Amino acid sequence: MTMYTRRLTKNRIWLGLSMGAAAFGLLWLVLILGTLIWNGVAGLDVTVFTRMTPPPGGTGGLLNPIIGSLIMTVLAILIGTPVGVLAGTYMAEYGRYARLTFIVRFINDILLSAPSIIVGLFIYEIIVVPMGHFSGFAGAIALAVIVIPVVVRTTEDMLLLVPNTMREAAAALGSPRSFLIQRVIYRAARAGIITGILLAVARISGETAPLLFTALNNQFWNVNLNAPMPSLPVVIFQFALSPYEDWQRLAWTGALIITVAVLSLSILARALTAKGVER
Amino acid sequence: MAILTLETATFQERSTSLKRFIVKDAVFKNLTFAAALLVLSILFGVFLSLIIGAWPAFQTFGLEFLTSQSWNPVTEKFGALAPIYGTIVTSLIAMGIAVPVGIGIAIFITELCPPSLRKPIAIAIELLAGIPSIIYGIWGLFVFAPFLQSHVQPAIISLFSGVPFLNDLFAGPPYGIGMFTAGLILAIMVIPFISSISRDVFETTPSVLKESTYALGATTWEVIWNVVLPYSRAGVLGGVMLGLGRALGETMAVTFVIGNAHKIAASIMAPGTTISATIANEFTEAVGDLYTSALIALGFILFVITFIVLAIARYMLSRLEVKTR
Repeated sequence: MTMYTRRLTKNRIWLGLSMGAAAFGLLWLVLILGTLIWNGVAGLDVTVFTRMTPPPGGTGGLLNPIIGSLIMTVLAILIGTPVGVLAGTYMAEYGRYARLTFIVRFINDILLSAPSIIVGLFIYEIIVVPMGHFSGFAGAIALAVIVIPVVVRTTEDMLLLVPNTMREAAAALGSPRSFLIQRVIYRAARAGIITGILLAVARISGETAPLLFTALNNQFWNVNLNAPMPSLPVVIFQFALSPYEDWQRLAWTGALIITVAVLSLSILARALTAKGVER
Repeated sequence: MAILTLETATFQERSTSLKRFIVKDAVFKNLTFAAALLVLSILFGVFLSLIIGAWPAFQTFGLEFLTSQSWNPVTEKFGALAPIYGTIVTSLIAMGIAVPVGIGIAIFITELCPPSLRKPIAIAIELLAGIPSIIYGIWGLFVFAPFLQSHVQPAIISLFSGVPFLNDLFAGPPYGIGMFTAGLILAIMVIPFISSISRDVFETTPSVLKESTYALGATTWEVIWNVVLPYSRAGVLGGVMLGLGRALGETMAVTFVIGNAHKIAASIMAPGTTISATIANEFTEAVGDLYTSALIALGFILFVITFIVLAIARYMLSRLEVKTR
């Protein structure tokens, strides 16, 4: 009987600990989001979206970094998505059992979680150094390199979910392979592929490290891709580490904007897959 | 006669459209093939560009680069030991906390949680992984580090002050920022990775195995410890390695709170630096080719380390995929 009670106690202790672990995890989410809202909402008003970044001690907003971030994100998605979707198509359709697919999948999974600062160094070496200066273009390419593995992974997964009977039916009607993929398979997997793109947007909107020495930063209004371009994460980094209180307050507000954007994108992506793909 | 010309016309039309499709097919197939090769070439491009960029530093310092802890931009003497040490120590602290907590969360979600709460809690934990690292950084610097400095660190330091060895490991003064704080923040960032992968692999345990163990009179914990965990060992290990890969390479969150000191301190409360934090802090300000090259060499070392860790992680997880199929 004592053996039995000992087992029961052990059971209770360990299960209690795992419950504690869950509470511990949720606690951080609440704490981080709580302080973020508390500190960020204080500085949130229209001027944040309509005025430029201020000099120390002045008043201003975050208009130029927000525009810079938007430009670079859109460009990165425009560059990264076609490459990712095409590579995913090769892996799921043409080369499903090819050796190359296994290698690409392995490498892609590693790229997916490789440190993003390495991507920054890579783009610095191949674009910034030959061009001779930092540029928004280099920043967009760096972000595109991060977009590609995300899109490749989701595209391959989603295309593999499309039932083979659909391919067979389209082929039986005499449609060529490329026609079949573009008109039938892509349509069937559309929700999933869009989810992948949304996840990629969520991933790159908060990325700071790859932009530090590609797009650099810019205190002024700039939509020229050939010049250093400000971005929200880099401005937050600079302002948060500065000794000026106005800058720090703006950094908190920017942090709130990014977090709201990123989290709503990932929730949207989740909702889309839940509806689009019946599991 | 009229019918015959009509037939020839359709036939010709068909054969041209067929040819068009053959060309289109070939173009599309080769495009996808090229895109797949591009993914491969990104990896080789990264390796190659880092090696080329790091070459001057490796040539100047040789193997000493890995064993020296001097980091002096003025005399141009660079060694990677302090950043490597900081990277490993912060990651170890992070994994020490995140592995038990992450697995605990996975156990809670798969085995204990009422089914209606399962999804919301799992999503909430995964949201932690979605928060950008710069947010962890700013939060760590302004909220977490001051809190640790005033409430937690003094208590830990005085607690271990009389104990040999541990009093060196937890020596004061409490700066707030430092390797300890960076490790804790990394732990929070890594927890969702470990918990979501562990949850996925726990769910692959066949119910028959679990049910038969329950039927033998085992407690819930005994089922988890003796059936679920051994069954999903490889997958959990894969998740842990994936988390470790993230912790090793994480940049912004660490840069805010590590303190950026190029020295190896015995105390984990002391400020230090990591590879990624050093690069993030110094790269744009680096003057001179050797300085830049030394920073790229640091990046190369980081890439090699994370590549190995992530390769192990993927190997573990791919074996699992084969098993579940």
